[in-house]
Amino acid sequence: MNPDTLLQLVYLLSATLFVFGLKRLGSPATARQGNRMAALAMLIAIVATLVEQEILNWQLIALGIILGSLAGAIAARTVRMTDMPQMVGIFNGLGGGASGVVAAAEFFRLGGGDLGVEAGITILLSTLIGAVTLSGSFIAFGKLQRFISGAPLTFPFSRTLNAVLFVAILVIAAMQVTGGATVTTYLVLTGLALVLGILLVTPIGGADMPVVISLLNSYSGLAASAAGFVLGNMILIISGALVGAAGLILTNLMCKAMNRSLANVAFGAFGAADSTGGRITPGEGKSVRDVDAEQAAMVLAYAQSVIVVPGYGLAVAQAQHDIRKLSDLLQERGVSVKFAIHPVAGRMPGHMNVLLAEADVPYTQLFDLDEINDEFSTTDVALIVGANDVVNPDARDPSSVIAGMPILDVDRARNVIVMKRSLSPGFAGIDNPLFYLDRTMMFFGDAKGSMVDLVRETKEV
Amino acid sequence: MGELMIGLYVFVLAVMVGFEVITKVPPTLHTPLMSGANAISGIAVIGALVVAAQAGETTGQVLGVLAIVMAMVNVVGGFMVTDRMLEMFKPGQKK
Repeated sequence: MNPDTLLQLVYLLSATLFVFGLKRLGSPATARQGNRMAALAMLIAIVATLVEQEILNWQLIALGIILGSLAGAIAARTVRMTDMPQMVGIFNGLGGGASGVVAAAEFFRLGGGDLGVEAGITILLSTLIGAVTLSGSFIAFGKLQRFISGAPLTFPFSRTLNAVLFVAILVIAAMQVTGGATVTTYLVLTGLALVLGILLVTPIGGADMPVVISLLNSYSGLAASAAGFVLGNMILIISGALVGAAGLILTNLMCKAMNRSLANVAFGAFGAADSTGGRITPGEGKSVRDVDAEQAAMVLAYAQSVIVVPGYGLAVAQAQHDIRKLSDLLQERGVSVKFAIHPVAGRMPGHMNVLLAEADVPYTQLFDLDEINDEFSTTDVALIVGANDVVNPDARDPSSVIAGMPILDVDRARNVIVMKRSLSPGFAGIDNPLFYLDRTMMFFGDAKGSMVDLVRETKEV
Repeated sequence: MGELMIGLYVFVLAVMVGFEVITKVPPTLHTPLMSGANAISGIAVIGALVVAAQAGETTGQVLGVLAIVMAMVNVVGGFMVTDRMLEMFKPGQKK
């Protein structure tokens, strides 16, 4: 058989395995197998490519493979689960960036000049998507890692500047395609795309990171597809398209969970706009019921059913192991314990589920918003740990800034215990009427220390 | 029909397959799904291998190897960390 035909058949097999792998990633029982299937597909494609290519410089390629694999393996082994969003962010950037660099290599191989319409469009598109993904992902990483402020950074005319930049990129790209390309204009174009990536992500606030990470994930797939168009390589086009679709689905889900459109996330600068409307003074003129660990433990221990609502504050305090201990203790007493996970409880889609899985909470004990919301009204205690906006009943009020955001209906439970540092508002910058309900008990303190106390007191009940 | 057009057909159909396969993934698996899909986007390594293998002059070789390194971090790191996460997911009744 013609070696190229064989290679194409292997690529087809690999694409099929990617589809099956993704399908299996969709169910907890088969997910691990699905991931391995996708990894196998990647291995097959890489080996087939290496065998088929007439390689001019083996050592360099081997060096690249070894270096990249080592760095990836070390990162994967050592990353803390709380830092997953950052790592996925970096990986998105590297994958998207790699696609851009492939296009650049092809540009220099052709030597610039008149590329022709087809090669011109594909190379430039691939470079642009790759560059935006690369710089955007690094800004997202910086925000998540707190190297740069997580607050939305906006300045006057930032939208206008982005629009001008975008148009400039289009015009220069069009000139390159029609009038012949030079190395200088190509580099200018790449530079502008990198700047655009930075400007697109800086105005987006820390609370919106799940959307950004999902969107960049989608871009990294599209970048791979674009590189596939450059090289006329179907496996790149197919795999990239699959990832692009996955990223878009998650982006859409995250936007729905925050009741905002993608345009609103990208340009809305949530939080920044609210704080200019005058700072609120939480709790002014209203009274709260303050409890200590002992009282909270009594309420929990004598309940029949408890629903725990973990928020990002729990993850920041690394209290997920302690909450599992509490859950075990209560279950030993015969209390039914469930975890209600809001879609944006973490810093990326499904992040909280991973953190609880790390603490050995079985996934059968975790429920998402739609599954559990009806149960609050028949539940004795809703225990809220480090969450705020996602349990704010004001979301039902059409005049609130968070109106329409899907929330967990914790205020319908018979008793509510809120574990929180203070009455300060969450990302949305608004007060939470939940704290002032008669049935609500506030247990102030940092999540870790309070949880340790609560576990100890529950043991002694 | 040119190569570009065939590529476009394949691309659009693959996006549709992606939507079909991935819709209705439970929230518990969103993070592993994302990091697994992310690893797949490291498929750019195939393109990187092709350009690195063909490169005669220095610019092409440097860019090719750079792309290989970046994509391999994505591939190996992505699949390994996804496996590490999924290993932690356990159904109930374990004790």
